[in-house]
Amino acid sequence: MKTDALSGLKGRVIHDQIVLARAPWSHVVRAGETLRIIDVEGNQAVDFLIYSLEDDAERYSFQDTIAAQRNIYLRAGSILRSTEGRPMMTILDTAVAYHDTIGGACSCESNTLRYGHHTRAQHSCVDNFLMANAADGRTKRDMTPNINWFMNVPVEADGTLGIVDGISAAGLHVDLRAEMDVTVVVSNCPQINNPCNGFNPTPVRMIVAA
Amino acid sequence: MTGSATGTPAAAREHARSMAGLRVEAMPTIPASDAQDLPPGVEKDAVVWDETLAAGGYASRRLNRGTRLKLTDVHGDACVSMLAFNAEQPVERLNVADTLKVQWNAYLGAGKLILSDMGRVLFSILEDTALDHDALCGASNAVGYGDGQDFASRPNARERFLLALARYGLGRRDIHPCVNWFKGVRVAQDGETCLTVGPFPPGRHVTLRAELDIIVVLANCPHVLDRREYTVTPVRATAWRGPPTPEDDPIRTATPEGLRSFQNVEDYLRR
Repeated sequence: MKTDALSGLKGRVIHDQIVLARAPWSHVVRAGETLRIIDVEGNQAVDFLIYSLEDDAERYSFQDTIAAQRNIYLRAGSILRSTEGRPMMTILDTAVAYHDTIGGACSCESNTLRYGHHTRAQHSCVDNFLMANAADGRTKRDMTPNINWFMNVPVEADGTLGIVDGISAAGLHVDLRAEMDVTVVVSNCPQINNPCNGFNPTPVRMIVAA
Repeated sequence: MTGSATGTPAAAREHARSMAGLRVEAMPTIPASDAQDLPPGVEKDAVVWDETLAAGGYASRRLNRGTRLKLTDVHGDACVSMLAFNAEQPVERLNVADTLKVQWNAYLGAGKLILSDMGRVLFSILEDTALDHDALCGASNAVGYGDGQDFASRPNARERFLLALARYGLGRRDIHPCVNWFKGVRVAQDGETCLTVGPFPPGRHVTLRAELDIIVVLANCPHVLDRREYTVTPVRATAWRGPPTPEDDPIRTATPEGLRSFQNVEDYLRR
């Protein structure tokens, strides 16, 4: 592991973990703590949901986030908002120009539409989210379109969009400061049918500083 | 109380009954077959729902597979936020991200599909004379409208959704990202969301075809990006029976991704 993984991260490291390729992960991040996500090997989509720890019926809303900042891309300074319009986390810093929040998660079901029924049995982000949420008693009702860190979804003038080759690279990161106590739920994306993971899912590193 | 029109139960009953037959703009047509100004070719007896929703109004309705739903922007300043659920198992619902991603496009219009989170098509968009819609910015909420409470004069779409969903035993966890009809958002090159609020001509409309049995939820409130003084005008919802989509339907067969969303519906309904 590179020694500069902590560069610029303020505070004391209270958690440091590798999330395996294709795996789910969830963690409580308290208000004021910073979560650094490192794209260890480069262009690995990290599907990301946020729930209020106090009341998990309040959760990340991509539409509230876009409407409040009047922009579809997540960049340094973007505030990640809840279904109630409240700030949940803020992007303090990122070495990647922009991240996606309109592409949602891959699922066994949507894979059949996007690529064909031969993909039905492949592992998916929705499976990871369902599994990670189940540990806290959340169910399919609690699913909502997520953030995709390190994923590139351009929208052209006529609305044409798609998941295209990434603009991240090995060792790049995003730093998120919690604005309330939250549970973050991650799927380290297992998709192998589009370039969101460079057709090769890889591990990512999660560091929490307080 | 002597002299009051409502001082005794009998007088109060008389007073209440004297309201019968009152007509206002925002109300349902009962029976729906009495609906006026139907689209060409629609028989009166086929109409299953006709209702005008007030500015700030809401409704929820179960629609059978094959039903057509026409939303008309009566005066030209409606903004209809819509949720949709599989009526048989409401844990399956509209997924905006899948709707856009699967169709490789950020905008809705004639020929496009509204997809669920289970790889199935919920609605086809048969007709669209409005052209300005939004799937990116979501429902207005109390943050945008200071006194935007259900009990006040400026309700917001999120609170309207809560009231509509409660009728089906659904709640906050079920309010998923929505589609907004009649107010357009386009994405600029740098990602900026640009709203078009009109003025638009009266009578613009969108016609949807239910591809499953669906619970549709509508809230007619100002767009979340609309910074004008609170303004919205009534919308009319008219639904009529129609045949399920045939195999050679041009919308069904338009794209390989869309075709598979119809095939998944047909597979689900094999029983």
